[in-house]
Amino acid sequence: MIHRAFTAVVLLFLIAPIIVIFPLSFSSGELLTLPTPGWSWRWYRDFFGNAQWLLATRNSFIVGIATMILATLLGTLCALGIFLGRFRGKALLVATLTTPMIVPVIVTAVAIYFGFSFVGLNNTLTGLVLAHTVLSVPYVLLTVLATLTTFDRNLLKAAATCGAPPHVAFTRIVLPLIAPGVATGALFAFATSFDELVVAIFISSPGQFTLPRQMFAGLREFLSPTIAAAAVLLIVCSVLLLFANEMLRARAKARTIAADPAEPN
Amino acid sequence: MTTRSNRLAAALIAPLLILVVASFVVPLAVTLYTAIGNPEVRDTLPRTAAGLRAWNAEGLPAEQAFEAIASELAQAQEGQSIGQLSRRLNFEQLGMRALLLKTARAKDDLGTPYKDALIALDPRWGETDTWRLLHRNVAAVTPLYLLRSLDLSVAPDGSVVHAPRDESVFRALFARTFIISFWVTVLCVVLGYPVAYTLSTLPPRWANAGLALVLVPFWTSILVRTTAWFILLQKEGPVNALLQSMQIVDAPLTLIFTRFAVYVAMVHVLLPFVILPLYGVMKGIDPVYMRAAASLGAPGWKRFLRVYLPMTMPGVAAGALMVFMLAVGFYVTPALVGGPDDQMVSYFIAFFTNQTINWGMAAALALLLLAMTAVIVTVARLVVPGFKVGAVNL
Repeated sequence: MIHRAFTAVVLLFLIAPIIVIFPLSFSSGELLTLPTPGWSWRWYRDFFGNAQWLLATRNSFIVGIATMILATLLGTLCALGIFLGRFRGKALLVATLTTPMIVPVIVTAVAIYFGFSFVGLNNTLTGLVLAHTVLSVPYVLLTVLATLTTFDRNLLKAAATCGAPPHVAFTRIVLPLIAPGVATGALFAFATSFDELVVAIFISSPGQFTLPRQMFAGLREFLSPTIAAAAVLLIVCSVLLLFANEMLRARAKARTIAADPAEPN
Repeated sequence: MTTRSNRLAAALIAPLLILVVASFVVPLAVTLYTAIGNPEVRDTLPRTAAGLRAWNAEGLPAEQAFEAIASELAQAQEGQSIGQLSRRLNFEQLGMRALLLKTARAKDDLGTPYKDALIALDPRWGETDTWRLLHRNVAAVTPLYLLRSLDLSVAPDGSVVHAPRDESVFRALFARTFIISFWVTVLCVVLGYPVAYTLSTLPPRWANAGLALVLVPFWTSILVRTTAWFILLQKEGPVNALLQSMQIVDAPLTLIFTRFAVYVAMVHVLLPFVILPLYGVMKGIDPVYMRAAASLGAPGWKRFLRVYLPMTMPGVAAGALMVFMLAVGFYVTPALVGGPDDQMVSYFIAFFTNQTINWGMAAALALLLLAMTAVIVTVARLVVPGFKVGAVNL
């Protein structure tokens, strides 16, 4: 029984700070404290009426979606190349492409800032997209490679025998089968970009601020309840992404069971 | 067939490989090289450098070196490259900036013989150590930044000595980074193990509800979670309000900008990285082992220590190493909720990059942080077969 009580306390510790932000963001007062003096939408009105926050929201979605498209495209093609090719050093290649996951993000940020300063990509949305693609592409690569391990190569031979040119084989056979991995990778790529802060601190100026970057700037200046409202909006986005991910997992699971009923749940 | 499929493979791999090499691998290599790069003297004072190469570092160099440095410093001042040079040499030897600027400004008053004129301008030009400093920095690489990162310095005679006390902050910084990461890891394992165990024994409906409470914070960004603690731990914040309303404390406690806040927020951010892999391992343990141990007469604590714990150790090791690896590179959380004495290595990398613009120091600290991470990953791969950084996606 003790471990259950202990577990409840730890789970409360994990979730409570996220829950508490909600009532704080609806406070009618200027102070971020509980109990709130009353309820209001004023901090959300402030958020949606503020040019800086709106620009940051827009930048976040532009960069997040562009990163998602670029990382998913390049990562999926690369995973297919690694799957189809017959050459040595695949492990080394994957290790190289996934190093951004291991290198501390501050080191990556400094390196990108330094590198981009020579080619004028600092303080541009393009630079932010490229940097976020480097950070998020390992997830796409790994999820698609994982899906490909269950791919039956004979299907490609069968397609070729039936006279399907490679691009038809790709769109009609390969893509539908690896779609769950591609979708999961895309989701991760968007989430990575949407939440990324450290690289943004180094390579963006106010015109390219994303939501996390704008929040960080706000926290260092003046702790306004608008920040709590922004935090709530980000939490809602994260929960939606988590939900989408769980849906994808459930579908993938249902699919493997349907394809192979003998496999235990 | 093989060449054809390899040609296709190369075409598919190339775009991503080019992107990652161009915007990550090359910049990283160049950045790390600046930790030992030493271009300032060679680029700004090429003739002086050429002259000093022939000098044996005893006594004073020949008149030609005095003439070269006087004219090249004057040129550097016009070309504005003197700033970088003087900052670089001043970092190695305090006072050098003043000496170089003074000499550059005095160019019209100097004449042959330059040796006497320079020594008359400032007696330091008559000291062998001043010239040794320049002589040492003719080399293409310098150990200076890496030495400074370890609180070491190069004495005027070229020997390695302890850095001046007021600049000796880096060993303490690495020790602090290690200690904070260590305790965060311990706390995560101690808090996470029972949670993973309980969740693995609950019926699916309850286990899924519990997992949701782990996954929601896990998917919420580090910044948002740190912001939550930043708000909660304010002097007039909800935590102090709660403690006061329950009459546990009379006056609000100072919680924000303390080591305590750093521990709380970091454990909160990293706890899911222990719970999720451990839960996976524990779900995979057949309860029959515990029943077997029980039927052989082992008491509860012995069943746990001798049977259950050893079987869950790979999960503990994987989670702990993951947390430790992430913790040593933390930047945002300590920067927001910690005080000046709670900052970790990353903070100083950012500081040297953005505030003092000392690329050499930023790169040297980055190199050491990267080395620390590499050691942790290597240990993880040895201890936990198949350790994968991206494998936490439950």
